[in-house]
This record gives sequence, structure tokens and C-alpha cells, in this order.
Amino acid sequence: MVGTALQRRLIWRTAEVVDLVDETPRVRSLVLAVPGWPGHQAGQHVDVRLTADDGYQTQRSYSIASPQSTDERLTLTIERLDDGEVSPYLARELHAGDQLELRGPIGGYFVWAPALGGPLLLIAGGSGSCPLMAMLRLRQAAGSTVPARLLYSSRSLDEVIYRSELARLVAAGSGLEVMLTLTRAQPPGWTGLHRRIDTEMLQSVAWSPAERPWIFICGPTPLVETAASALVDLGHEPARIKTERFGPTGG
Amino acid sequence: MTMSEQELRLDGNAAAGLLQEVFVHEVTSVRGACARCGAVGEMGAQHLYMTPLSPGAVLRCTSCDSLLIVAVRTGGRLRVGLQGLVWIELPDEGAAS
Ligand SMILES: Cc1cc2nc3c(=O)[nH]c(=O)nc-3n(C[C@H](O)[C@H](O)[C@H](O)COP(=O)(O)OP(=O)(O)OC[C@H]3O[C@@H](n4cnc5c(N)ncnc54)[C@H](O)[C@@H]3O)c2cc1C
Ligand SMILES: [Zn+2]
Repeated sequence: MVGTALQRRLIWRTAEVVDLVDETPRVRSLVLAVPGWPGHQAGQHVDVRLTADDGYQTQRSYSIASPQSTDERLTLTIERLDDGEVSPYLARELHAGDQLELRGPIGGYFVWAPALGGPLLLIAGGSGSCPLMAMLRLRQAAGSTVPARLLYSSRSLDEVIYRSELARLVAAGSGLEVMLTLTRAQPPGWTGLHRRIDTEMLQSVAWSPAERPWIFICGPTPLVETAASALVDLGHEPARIKTERFGPTGG
Repeated sequence: MTMSEQELRLDGNAAAGLLQEVFVHEVTSVRGACARCGAVGEMGAQHLYMTPLSPGAVLRCTSCDSLLIVAVRTGGRLRVGLQGLVWIELPDEGAAS
């Protein structure tokens, strides 16, 4: 932690794609090897920079989905927006062995570590589950039993990222609960939640404000704003609600 | 499709990379005070307006919406306006610990 905080200049590094994992029809994870990578905290992101042959450059932020490790590797999980400039390239065109420019780890505000404690309330919309997954993976790897709940809004079951891994983490019995809400399509016989996140849903899922949960909300801007203001209305301390808006999309 | 300002809003945290170019330190996890309303908060929790096509970023106070930091890239320079902040608190590396 101190090492990361005191790391001086943020430099552009060359990452190599070592593995690709198709998470859903529109989402792919990239496992990257980054020589000299100093390590990172759960919730931090990287800036990825692409340069065209004519010198045109463009840059986007992507959360780190993998927990802290010492192997100079990290995983990004990218949702492909077909009319987007960068995400189709990252989630479709890149192959193992390709190189990519990135800088990081970035950010110190939207981070969780077991020492921060809990309860831990995580709220995700679409690819907003990426940084939250880093927190859950870290919680598991560290043997933490801090009570944790993930409320995850997705259009359909097929679009739930990390679905089987989440099921395994829940089954491990360390005090994690996962609630899915499927907003567009539900499989036959679905008895779970099936509407957009609202105050009533948050009231039933969140701990009471008296239990002072740490709350991390991530996803498309409209979802993040709805959830954050509903939680404030329910009496949760604004200072314990951390948000990461992905922008108009990402849901 | 046109988008409202609200839909394009991000968290100050998303400018952490840009701000680290200026301050060297990671500053989104530190506190600052708004020059207009006096609210004190973590920089990462303020509202950020930054799109991939814009040449910079604007950080606004979540309490009063006043400008805190404006950063513009142009002609090989990064101009940073800090008129909206009374102070910002950085880890004191000179302090005996
Ligand atoms: C801190 C942070 C972390 C993130 N982490 C992740 C992550 O882990 N995984 C992930 O998949 N994404 C993440 N994102 C989102 C990511 O940075 C990109 O925004 C996303 O991949 C889309 O980029 P793009 O180039 O494909 O699309 P763009 O070309 O940027 O366009 C995206 C879409 O939005 C529309 N749009 C964008 N801006 C405007 C505008 N001003 N007016 C009208 N329409 C507009 C476009 O029409 C298009 O449909 C993160 C964002 C932030 C800020
Ligand atoms: Zn203010």
C-alpha cells in the first residue's frame, strides 16, 4: 500500500496479452503481462492508450478485475460496445501476443482492502462488476470473512459477467451473498429480482445504516446516481458510499 | 443521440491518472476544500466531466457544483486551473514518522 502510494511518476508501460477469456457474448477478459508492474489495490484502474498508424491517439479507463498479486500480471474485463471506438478493438481484435500501452495503477478513492472491514455492500450494473470482482477476489484470497453482499443488475442471465465464479465464491461459505436482478429477460422459472435497481430493492438488500456498511457502486452513470441517492435517502452516510461512474454506457 | 450533462458525469476518481501527471502524488484519495461553499471532501468523490473527445477535464464540487479544477491539453501543454480550491491536503513526506 505504501509502495503504491509513494510510487512517483505514472509511466506508460507496454503490456502483452497472454490470455483471453470470453465471459459473455459481449464481454471478454484480457490477461496482461506487464513487466515492472508494481502491484495494485482492489478497485484501482488503468488508462489504456491506443495509437493509430497516423499518430492519432485515444485513451480510455478500465478497472483492474484481478486482485493484488506479485506476478506482474493483471486482468481487464471489457464490454464491447459495437459503436464504440476502443472497446470493440480490445474485446474483439486483440490476440494473445499483441501489445498494448497502459499506465497505472490509478486511483486511491474507490478501493477496498480487508483491513477496511465491512459489512461490504457492492452494487454493480453491467461491466461495473469489474472493480467489485477485484474486491471479492481479494476478499477470498485473503481469507476475509467480512460479510459481503453483491447486488448485480444485468439485462439477462447470459450477460452476467463472472457468473460461475460468483457461484463458487458464494458456495465457499465465507459470508458472501449475491443477488441478481435481470432487467430485460429472465429465464423460465426465474424467481429472483427482475427490475431496475430502486429504493425498495436497496432497502431489502442493504444492511441498516446503523451497521455502517462500506458501499461501492459501479456501472453506467444513471444507475450509479440512482443507487447512490437512494442509499443516502435511506440514511446511509454519504462518506461511506463510494461511486465509480463508467459514463453513459457500460451497462 | 444527445446526452444530458448528467449522463456524461463521472467521478473525480476517473481523472486520477490526469491529476497524477500534475501532482505526482495520487490526489483523488486526499481531501480538498471548495472555494465557493467550503465543503471538504475527497477529490475522487467530486463530479467529473471528461469525454474522450474533449481536450481536458472539469472537476466540480458535489455540494455546490462550482468549478474546482479545470485541466486543458493544448499545443503540447497541460494547463491546470485551480481557482476553485482553497486547499488540498497531501501526505507530508517531510514529516518525521
Ligand atoms: C474509471 C473507469 C473505469 C472503467 N472500467 C471499465 C471496465 O472495467 N470495463 C469496461 O468495459 N468499461 C469500463 N469503463 C468504460 C470505458 O472507459 C469506456 O468508456 C467504454 O469501454 C466505452 O469506450 P468506447 O471507446 O468503446 O466507446 P466510445 O467511442 O467512447 O463511445 C461509447 C458509447 O457512448 C456513446 N457516447 C459516449 N460519449 C458520448 C457523448 N458525449 N455524446 C453522445 N454519445 C456518447 C457512443 O455513441 C457510444 O455508443 C470505465 C470507465 C471509467 C471512467
Ligand atoms: Zn462547493
